[in-house]
Amino acid sequence: MATTTLKVNGETRSVDVEPRTLLVELLREHLRLTGTHVGCDTSQCGACTVWVDGKSVKSCAMLALEADGREVTTIEGMATNGSLHPMQAAFHECHGLQCGFCTPGMVMIASELVRRNPEPTESEVRHWLEGNYCRCTGYHNIVKAVLTAAETIRSQGGA
Amino acid sequence: MAGQGMGASVKRREDRRFLLGKGRYTDDINLPGQTWAVFVRSPYAHASIRSIDASAALASPGVLAVLTGDHVATDGLGGIPCGWQVKNKDDSVMVEPPHPALAQGKVRHVGDPVAMVIAATRAQARDAAQLVEIDYDPLPAVAHLRDAVVDGAPQVWDEAAGNLCFDWHLGDAAATDAQFSGAAHVVSIDLVNNRIIPNAIEPRAANGHYDTAEDRYTLYTTSQNPHLTRLLLGAFTLKVPEHRLRVVAPDVGGGFGSKIFHYAEELLVLWASKRVGRPVKWTSDRSEAFLSDAHGRDHISHAELALDADGKFRGLRVRTLANMGAYLSTFAPAIPTYLYATLLSGPYVIPAIYAEVKAVFTNTVAVDAVRGAGRPEATYLLERLVDKAAREMGIDRVEIRRKNLIQPDQFPYQTPVALQYDIGDYPATLDLALQSVDYPGLAARKAASKARGKLRGFGISTYIEACGIAPSALVGALGARAGLYETASVRVHPTGSVTVFTGSHSHGQGHETTFAQLVVEKLGVSFDNVEIVHGDTDRIPFGMGTYGSRSAAVGGSAIYKAIDKIIEKGKKVAAHLLEANVADVEFSDGKYRVVGTDREKAFGDVAFAAYVPHNYPIDTVEPGLEDSAFYDPKNFTFPGGCHCVEVEVDPETGVVDVVEVAIADDVGVVINPMIVDGQAHGGLAQGIGQALLEEAVYDPSGQLVSGSYMTYCMPRAADLPMFKVGNHVTACTHNPVGIKGVGEVGAIGIPPAVINAVIDALEPLGVTDISMPATPEKVWRAIQAAQGGVA
Repeated sequence: MATTTLKVNGETRSVDVEPRTLLVELLREHLRLTGTHVGCDTSQCGACTVWVDGKSVKSCAMLALEADGREVTTIEGMATNGSLHPMQAAFHECHGLQCGFCTPGMVMIASELVRRNPEPTESEVRHWLEGNYCRCTGYHNIVKAVLTAAETIRSQGGA
Repeated sequence: MAGQGMGASVKRREDRRFLLGKGRYTDDINLPGQTWAVFVRSPYAHASIRSIDASAALASPGVLAVLTGDHVATDGLGGIPCGWQVKNKDDSVMVEPPHPALAQGKVRHVGDPVAMVIAATRAQARDAAQLVEIDYDPLPAVAHLRDAVVDGAPQVWDEAAGNLCFDWHLGDAAATDAQFSGAAHVVSIDLVNNRIIPNAIEPRAANGHYDTAEDRYTLYTTSQNPHLTRLLLGAFTLKVPEHRLRVVAPDVGGGFGSKIFHYAEELLVLWASKRVGRPVKWTSDRSEAFLSDAHGRDHISHAELALDADGKFRGLRVRTLANMGAYLSTFAPAIPTYLYATLLSGPYVIPAIYAEVKAVFTNTVAVDAVRGAGRPEATYLLERLVDKAAREMGIDRVEIRRKNLIQPDQFPYQTPVALQYDIGDYPATLDLALQSVDYPGLAARKAASKARGKLRGFGISTYIEACGIAPSALVGALGARAGLYETASVRVHPTGSVTVFTGSHSHGQGHETTFAQLVVEKLGVSFDNVEIVHGDTDRIPFGMGTYGSRSAAVGGSAIYKAIDKIIEKGKKVAAHLLEANVADVEFSDGKYRVVGTDREKAFGDVAFAAYVPHNYPIDTVEPGLEDSAFYDPKNFTFPGGCHCVEVEVDPETGVVDVVEVAIADDVGVVINPMIVDGQAHGGLAQGIGQALLEEAVYDPSGQLVSGSYMTYCMPRAADLPMFKVGNHVTACTHNPVGIKGVGEVGAIGIPPAVINAVIDALEPLGVTDISMPATPEKVWRAIQAAQGGVA
């Protein structure tokens, strides 16, 4: 066992884990933050996407110990006092989710895109989402949601 | 309540929990004392098991048990049953081999479960699973349909000579022959419908708990139909009375058919929980899902269409081989028969049809329903054949369809393959889709693409499907071993809010929203005062769940029927309160009114009176306001429409770019247009995936070569365009809501349109055929072959 100390959604957490524990296992099993999902075992579906120090990371491809001293944001950390982040709100408005399983990863990756590129084109959105599978929506309404959120965030002066 | 009933694009109420990361999927649930199961699966497609040595695994840290087929046999667990019995041409029944939950003596496909390791943590179970030593004696295996039906092929089952499960037919052979003998033109085609893997993004999972004190089992599982699972567990596999079994399908992350079936793992976690005295959870790895979730399609067909000189269809002859895999999954025999051959008339007048289907065992994962289930295979066959006929006869592809479509005044229309279509307007959807895609402008767009070095192609498909599954007596006569009605219980609370308990299950379809809209429409209560409960057999009435685009048509009708009973009872209460005759009381917009007067009672007041029956017709009416209904459909429903695609092919690389998708569907009355469009989008993506990217590839020895997301290619966002979705409504004539169903239309209509578009694009180069998936390599090779180069 080894101890990893990290900040998760703004709160400092210290957890004893086996060295082989993946970040996604730390989040789901140790911290019971089950909003981050596991959809594959080859780091291709993106359902486990979280932010580490503000950058999207597939949490199935990072050891929990590698997150030591770093700041992790999960889907549970996106809303503020129960009010949805503009990206979450846009997914709701645009029907950008159906079964909801890929949704947390989609929201995380898409929010990072809009932070880096406040005015993405449809093509840029589609290419940015290439690491995240959705099997329900055909991506149509996800792309619409990301473009809508970008517009909202621009009109609010950034997020 | 205005704007939240039928026809309103109400935003989904289920979204909030998913967006906050507060969904509750099966793997999210840990029970007190939770243990974890990992399965040891066969690495061979076909082998005898000489021995299993679990001693090292049992000695591994945290291990509680290692269970094998011997334990399953000793404890008397039943085999996994098949839910549908198809008969051969000679009326004898299909071969139905045993399907033990853990392999006994032999394994029959890669991924066949052999041992179950249970440990205190998931990691410990994984470690120990590596230590289970199984001595196999490999046997000759067969994976491909063509290989399985040749003389001397390896036999998957001793009792299935020639690997034949059944040899079935439908239609009038003599009448069809007669149509062919006088035909001006006969066009024939050979087709493969590629095997696909459903790949809901949530892998299957099951968490079983046996409560010693209560002598009761609880299963949390990724199911589209918890009551069906409970029925099969109770009656066949676990063999426990249903009242001692609770099956919960909580939030489920997509199904697409793969989560309909009762799988061995569901039985095994319950059984193991009783053995180890703690809850046992299994969650599939994705790699494991590829080897254990039921696959779809996998047909080889030869078809011939007879036509008059003017291009009118006269007859259709079809011979199909359908892969069943090694074991018969729950609905497997029904898919290439009653959900396939019955659809071969499509939206067309075809005077005679004869279809023969041989179902074949192979050493592969079971094949069963995947989104569309049989209907995509029928549509693909017919629409490829119609396109080929148009090309051979020099008739425009739109015109040949237009002249053969069943006309709106021909309904009800009896096909030669058993179905009677109740209603539709196929010319209307054809026109709507063509307007949307700007068909007259095609030549100019082709020229523009050519100027950029690309080949542009247009593809079309006019399709029909049968859903709203299904009239129980009819499917019973065809071999189904269950009824296919749906149920609803409607509980009005004393202050007028409403809880609906539905037998349907939502795993992305948005029933918590759309079913609430039905209640708003009927009762006039506000959307916020309606709650929809589904997925827990302890709470909901016995229902058949969600598949075959049945939920709104059949489940919604059950809700309507239950509400009608509520309204009728409320009339008696209202009549009493209003001092009127029951016959004079009407209900609309949430109010009971005495006809021709201004006297009225709000629905909430009537509900309150029913629960506080002080001033109440207590001698003739029971207190309370709650009722249930079973709705058994009178017929299938028949959504149909037209799907158009434009592709651009890069002749240098063979890459196919889908640049335009314009569809027009008739899915009947629409509850929520936003959700209906979303269902179409998802189906389109899966259909385009099958046409261009997806294929389950087995090597000849039965190894699944495409066994992960690195080798099985599904559409990503950049592979797809925005979709243009149009709708033209003709209301279903035989259910009270007028709904037909939308869940599968995209996956059914679009694959042949995509391939027809690719062939259209490549025609100038001399390419006349391409099979699914039309990968860049396949397209490039076809171009090279047609040009006389190296293929």
